[in-house]
Amino acid sequence: MNAIAALSPYSSSLGKSNIERHTLSVLVDNEPGVLARVVGLFSGRGYNIESLTVAEVAHGEHLSRITIVTAGTPEVIEQISHQLERIVPIHKVTDLSMQDKVIERELAMIKVHGTGDHRSEALRLAEAFRAKVIDATIESFIFELTGSPTKIDDFVELMRPIGLVEVSRTGVAAITRGAQGM
Amino acid sequence: MSKQMTGAEMIVEALKDQGVDTIFGYPGGAVLPIYDALFQQETVQHVLVRHEQGAAHAAEGYARSTGKVGVLLVTSGPGATNAITGLTDALLDSIPLVCLTGQVPTHLIGSDAFQECDTVGITRHCTKHNYLVRSIEDLPRILHEAFYVARSGRPGPVVVDLPKDVQFALGLYQGPLNIQHKTYQPKLKGDIDRIREAVAMMAKAKRPVFYTGGGVINSGPRASTLLRELVAMTGFPITSTLMGLGSYPASGDNWLGMLGMHGTYEANHTMHDCDLMIAVGARFDDRITGRLDAFSPGSKKIHIDIDPSSINKNVKVDMSIVGDCAHVLEDMISVWRAEGHKTDDAALGAWWKQIDHWRARKSLAYRASASTIKPQYAVQRLYELTKDRDTYITTEVGQHQMWAAQHYHFEEPNRWMTSGGLGTMGYGLPAAIGVQMAHPKSLVIDIAGEASILMNMQEMSTAVQYRLPVKIFILNNEYMGMVRQWQELLHGGRYSQSYSEALPDFVKLAEAYGGKGIRCSDPEDLDRAILEMIDYPGPVIFDCIVAKEENCFPMIPSGKAHNEMILAELSDDAGVEIGSIIDEKGKMLV
Repeated sequence: MNAIAALSPYSSSLGKSNIERHTLSVLVDNEPGVLARVVGLFSGRGYNIESLTVAEVAHGEHLSRITIVTAGTPEVIEQISHQLERIVPIHKVTDLSMQDKVIERELAMIKVHGTGDHRSEALRLAEAFRAKVIDATIESFIFELTGSPTKIDDFVELMRPIGLVEVSRTGVAAITRGAQGM
Repeated sequence: MSKQMTGAEMIVEALKDQGVDTIFGYPGGAVLPIYDALFQQETVQHVLVRHEQGAAHAAEGYARSTGKVGVLLVTSGPGATNAITGLTDALLDSIPLVCLTGQVPTHLIGSDAFQECDTVGITRHCTKHNYLVRSIEDLPRILHEAFYVARSGRPGPVVVDLPKDVQFALGLYQGPLNIQHKTYQPKLKGDIDRIREAVAMMAKAKRPVFYTGGGVINSGPRASTLLRELVAMTGFPITSTLMGLGSYPASGDNWLGMLGMHGTYEANHTMHDCDLMIAVGARFDDRITGRLDAFSPGSKKIHIDIDPSSINKNVKVDMSIVGDCAHVLEDMISVWRAEGHKTDDAALGAWWKQIDHWRARKSLAYRASASTIKPQYAVQRLYELTKDRDTYITTEVGQHQMWAAQHYHFEEPNRWMTSGGLGTMGYGLPAAIGVQMAHPKSLVIDIAGEASILMNMQEMSTAVQYRLPVKIFILNNEYMGMVRQWQELLHGGRYSQSYSEALPDFVKLAEAYGGKGIRCSDPEDLDRAILEMIDYPGPVIFDCIVAKEENCFPMIPSGKAHNEMILAELSDDAGVEIGSIIDEKGKMLV
């Protein structure tokens, strides 16, 4: 789902320029099929998902929070929010990118293979990025790194020549700064 | 007032509590307990269709003509998949339906059991919402919620999938009063400040137009009354989409006729040249707008809709009001009165003069014939001979549908049932059955094409079984006419697979089903034959043999703007090559 889906031939009034990246926070009833409804909406209407995370945030009320990073023109982003609001078990949709201050974090586990100089270089870089070592063998490390998606991208790129084996990322979780809730 | 009963009994009880008197369905293994519960009561009448698609369209016809929720009951697997087209149709045209589907028992779900399919998975994209009932405790709440969701906000179809063990299980039934939905609460009242601003825009308008749609009809008869009042107060011209016909009377002074691809010249030109467009319960569909970047370029646009996602979806508007049409129209009228607004009468006078100029083109005119029945003439005569009766019209999909929309004139809402958004051939006959069940004494006519009617012909059997005197008025041109017309426009007149070969003898077919068949091919005999059809007390198939290669005009060719319509006279000119009107880019569109 990397490419922005082609717009309908009737959509000539919607420019293809000014594509923006937005983070949407969606509060839903944690009932069977709710994630399929959200994901199906994106595929069915040709919207783009760059990252998606979901977990229950209020066990008593069975509420889950879905964080979706998507890209599109401002018109498309507005449509996505409204289309999400139509889904019956959705409580609230907030476009966090429209808020003043938003914090985005992602967690990644990065497996790196290497010996000798490569090994010590990997450790030095991990320290600079404040990555934690969570597993080690004689010839490998697994680092845990939390930060913005770009910080993780940067770290992964640095590990590539050293001996990157694989990466597992959680996707973006996001929240607004300050005392106010969503 | 909770009572212990089985799941199947709860389902019937919930139908009664929701005021349902008629359901459409087809039995099967996974719904037998529900059929058994239906057998033991007399409040809810079940209409046995011949195919589940017919049940869905019948429920749509019932819903559209009454304003109530239509209900269908089908079995698991093929029962559910056969209903899919009807559910999708209801989703696109915002028709409130509750579809009860049987499902294999919960312990067999996922095992590829006999007649198992993932009904909630398959119907997720073609319903407003759906449920799989996993335990008897959830059943009463879900049943009542389903009705609430189907009819509230922008209406739509809701599926409730019912595993067989849940139908047998014992539990406590609860009535609808104790149930409130926690998330789904659509906004009915529009923002009053926005309404004030919109009314001020209307008072200043020099070239205004009302563009109304199916939302006015869905909002209930009061919305139509208020719309008429607002049009009378302002003196603005009004046009409507296919789905909105009847909300403003076709005999009204300000009526421009339908707009869009096969709308009138005056309606489309008024839309193109207006300086203020007031869209009420309409969604700027591609059949309406034509080429988007040339759509009404000089106008400010006000959009009233209950569904926020309809706003700015295809066309960017200047003032949006989210709310139910009736509520918003009511507030508009009281604001207009309270603030003592006056229209710019000089400007409106000039605007109407311009509109009369467009009207004078008589875009619905066609060349009459003394030897063959022109399809437009057939609809005109049908209209003239039925307009003073209590008549409901349904249609199939294609040329006959557009001719019906152009030449049959509606004075009231809920009288016109057609498949607009999805364009489902085979909609009209089962829809007529649903309408006739709701209005047993009324005259219900399905204006059909000879190709469309064969898609759900089996429902003739249902009409005969329940003694429903529906009239099937087939404009038989031996072609899938709209396909043939597009092949003429786009593909050099190569009529690939659009000729209706090996047609049945419709008169004998009617008789075989136990109905009456009438054939007419002579314009002189048409009135007599139509009266014979109307007077017959049972179902009739009327095989009206019409001119074979008549095209449906006027037409906005695909990829063109409102002011680039093709008129019938142009297409008759010897010098114009009809296949050259649509350019390469237009050919890509549907």
